[in-house]
Amino acid sequence: MDFALTNEQEMLKKLAAQFAENELEPATEEMERNHAFNAGIFIKMADLGFTGLGISPEYGGSGGGDTEKVIVVAEFAKKCMSSAATLSIHLVAPKTISRFGTEAQKKNFLPKVTCKGGLAAFALTEPGAGSDAAAVQTTALYDEATNEFVLNGTKCFITGGALADVLVVFAMTKPEKGLKGMSAIIVEKGTPGFTSGKIEEKMGLAGSETAELIFEDCRVPADNLLGREGQGFKIAMVALDSARIGVGAQAVGIAEGAVDLSAKYMRERVQFGKPIASLQGLQWYLAEMATKTEAAKWLVYYAAYLHDTDKPFSKEAAMCKLNASENARFVTNLAIQIHGGYGYMKDYPLERMYRDAKITEIYEGTSEIHKVVISRAILNQ
Amino acid sequence: MPSNNSTNIAAFKDVWVFCEQRQGKLMPTVLELLSEGRKLADDLGVDLCGILLGDQVDHLVSELGGYGADKVYVCESPLLKDYTTDAYAKVICDVTSEQKPEIFLIGATHIGRDLGPRCAARLHTGLCADCTALDVDTKKYVRFLRNASTLNVDGMKWDESDRNLKMTRPAFGGHLMATIICPRFRPSMATVRPGVMQKRPYSQAKADACQIVRPDFKLDERDLCTKVTEVVKTARKMVDLIGADFIVSVGRGISKDVEDGLKIAKELADELGGIVAGSRVAIDSGWLNADRQVGQTGKTVRPIVYIALGISGAIQHRAGMQDSDCIIAVNKNSTAPIFEIADYGVCGDLFKIVPLLTQMVREAKTNH
Amino acid sequence: MKIIVCVKQVPDTSGKVAVNVDGTLNRASMQAITNPDDMNALEAALQLKDKTGCQVIVVTMGPLAATGMLRELMAMGADEGVLVSAREFGGSDTYATSQILAAAIKHIGLEAEDLIFCGRQAIDGDTAQVGPQLAEKLNLPQVTYAADIRKEGDCITVKRMLEDGYMTILMKTPCMVTCIKELNKPRYMTVSGILNACSKPLTTLDYEALKDDPLIDPATIGLKGSPTNIFKSFTPPRKGGCIMMDGDARTVCGELANMLTSKYII
Repeated sequence: MDFALTNEQEMLKKLAAQFAENELEPATEEMERNHAFNAGIFIKMADLGFTGLGISPEYGGSGGGDTEKVIVVAEFAKKCMSSAATLSIHLVAPKTISRFGTEAQKKNFLPKVTCKGGLAAFALTEPGAGSDAAAVQTTALYDEATNEFVLNGTKCFITGGALADVLVVFAMTKPEKGLKGMSAIIVEKGTPGFTSGKIEEKMGLAGSETAELIFEDCRVPADNLLGREGQGFKIAMVALDSARIGVGAQAVGIAEGAVDLSAKYMRERVQFGKPIASLQGLQWYLAEMATKTEAAKWLVYYAAYLHDTDKPFSKEAAMCKLNASENARFVTNLAIQIHGGYGYMKDYPLERMYRDAKITEIYEGTSEIHKVVISRAILNQ
Repeated sequence: MPSNNSTNIAAFKDVWVFCEQRQGKLMPTVLELLSEGRKLADDLGVDLCGILLGDQVDHLVSELGGYGADKVYVCESPLLKDYTTDAYAKVICDVTSEQKPEIFLIGATHIGRDLGPRCAARLHTGLCADCTALDVDTKKYVRFLRNASTLNVDGMKWDESDRNLKMTRPAFGGHLMATIICPRFRPSMATVRPGVMQKRPYSQAKADACQIVRPDFKLDERDLCTKVTEVVKTARKMVDLIGADFIVSVGRGISKDVEDGLKIAKELADELGGIVAGSRVAIDSGWLNADRQVGQTGKTVRPIVYIALGISGAIQHRAGMQDSDCIIAVNKNSTAPIFEIADYGVCGDLFKIVPLLTQMVREAKTNH
Repeated sequence: MKIIVCVKQVPDTSGKVAVNVDGTLNRASMQAITNPDDMNALEAALQLKDKTGCQVIVVTMGPLAATGMLRELMAMGADEGVLVSAREFGGSDTYATSQILAAAIKHIGLEAEDLIFCGRQAIDGDTAQVGPQLAEKLNLPQVTYAADIRKEGDCITVKRMLEDGYMTILMKTPCMVTCIKELNKPRYMTVSGILNACSKPLTTLDYEALKDDPLIDPATIGLKGSPTNIFKSFTPPRKGGCIMMDGDARTVCGELANMLTSKYII
């Protein structure tokens, strides 16, 4: 078992850390103030090849696997959760197209979002279909006359949905078949009948725009069907398995960032004539935070390793996300506490990190759903 | 190239100083170097000579004499009017190979730092850059070391007959001081930063007594491999940090309101009759021009009073100002390293302190 | 056409630095980075590569650990890396280093169209000597303090900074230029650059590879051959006795003002 990062992985970590410190950290204040997506930063990510992670260079990608994604997303999350989430979620759709798409689809859609600066989105959730993903009601009925799918319905809480250039949308091509009637369809921005609605105001993740998507007789060429008809639910589940690892990485990164800030503050803050780092109570907090974060990190790396080596990884992906996300809440909460009054002030990043961390327990599958997934995997063995 | 080295050290004599001139004016650092060179020449019992290159520049000789030169080697040619590495290095190396000085000092100006290493390489000798102290006499060096270091100098063995030039300079961004020697080669070359050495008083008698020597040298068009197509002086008046007696310097601490920070710093500087400067952060962030940077990669200053506002006091900055007579530091953070070298420290908000200080100084001046 | 960029791996002296009890520097406490001015030199070379498609080779003299740095520079876009490393080269001062680097560059091969870029100075030695001395050993023209570099035909035009302005200098190739931080903003590595870096060529030149070059004379390289030696090294004593002013702002400023006017202002 070799736990060491390869030379390439070390360099990638260094690049991601430099980018996070030089580009992401300075942009957080504006993101918080404007509650808006920073397109400039996304272009910079694209220029350096981050947006093509996990996709073959043949389609404009940068190569690499889940381990590389984890390394980058975690480093980003230390400084800016919004950016980490933006990248992590962006990568889901291209990965899905790469896995299930035809050669023509890959050549057509992937370069737009790997190296040309386009944003990708994954549109599954609906007002009536959250944890119950199978309850999707958006329809995509086939029109034989025009060889098109006609989409009708609403999606909600879609990260980057309003701005994305390429989306993978999940809709019922055969509503009467239930779960087996769901398909995945590639939709491009600007397709008539496809508009975005409300942009949500959220507790955190200010730099990531979460949108309502509206499909009204939106006609899409049948060639845009991703995978087989009726394969949609399976495609979604496969996609979410890898996406979970990305969320695990986000959660690990934000926790690492909080631990680092706490250690620094404890060294500098002087009360009762000594740095507060000398107080055992706080030392114990720091030890707990660091230990749990370290453990969370390795479980995330392990899930990534299993996926990269083509081994079954669903259970571990669920475990790593469940564990890391709860840890992120635990760590950011204590980090505020360690910072005392300053932790509560917007001058310091702790309160933002606390608000940002919470989402990791909810999206890409709630903790509760993950517990179901994990126990099922165990009991079915 | 003649191998003029290590075979016969004793054949090398005299202390030389490169007399850099631009557009017919001597660089101020030359006078500081001559003053320092004079001390070295006296310790060794030899002559102090200048070497002056240019076109129609011999009017500068008496000034060079006034600051200590016994004689000046003057090499004039239209090809030497503007500095080029090729022309200057050729003439200097040819003349020094002939004349064999034992020590050769060059001011660490942009030109000096281009010329010095090229000559040292051609002459196959050692060069020590950015020296802050020079000694030939071992007793004097030991006295210097006693004050400048934490070494137990009295417990060490010293060779009092050692006449090597001991060149002290900062390294590792200023964290470490090193004394370098060039025992086996001559001339021992050193560059010195402007403002580091002190200028001695002008002596009319010495100016009148200074000899001119015009050595033979060969230089023609073919020796030049570069061409200067223009020399441009920036329109802005350059800031003379090195000559200032009072400096008010700003750092990261003004970042929350840069405009106000610069304004109050200037008001304090004006009240004191001084100049505003900045740490590297202030320059890199674009708050001040590069000519106002104090520190290891900026300028070295030793004003009478240096007031550091919102400067943490990282060692690269300290290297540029720690020899100021009086250092006053204002910083929100009581553990900032600047307080380790300050004479007076104020832990507080500079935005409140500085305007108040300016006002108090104004009142104190009128009452005085 | 190719551009050879000389780079050095240095301790990061801008960060925290620990001093040992005996006054020597704790080198392990400092992170190793690529010398900042050298990054500007590489960026200048890469920009010319973007324009002309030329080759960029990074060369460093250092211990084996420096290969990590070379790989990073290749991940930024350099095509090839050369490590010059041998026990015999250790302890060299700038004169000796420039001889060794000159021999290495001759080994790589320097053609009429080629350029050599160096950073102006390294943040550990702070001498700014290797560039010009290297040019001397290779008998090349030089321009230092370059704030702008343009290639036109078989010449380059360089804007050379002075304290109070600049000179514009025309120079034929091959030649040497030293670069300053004002020249450009070094680019990041890219993800594909990183994943490809380890497959780009990286050669090591040791003593055996270079010993036949007349510049590699055992008497003039390494610690023993260097013209300059360290006589003493020391840390300056801590200046003590800072008077921390107590009290409200008015009182403190009043006291300071009185001190300043009575002691220093006439």
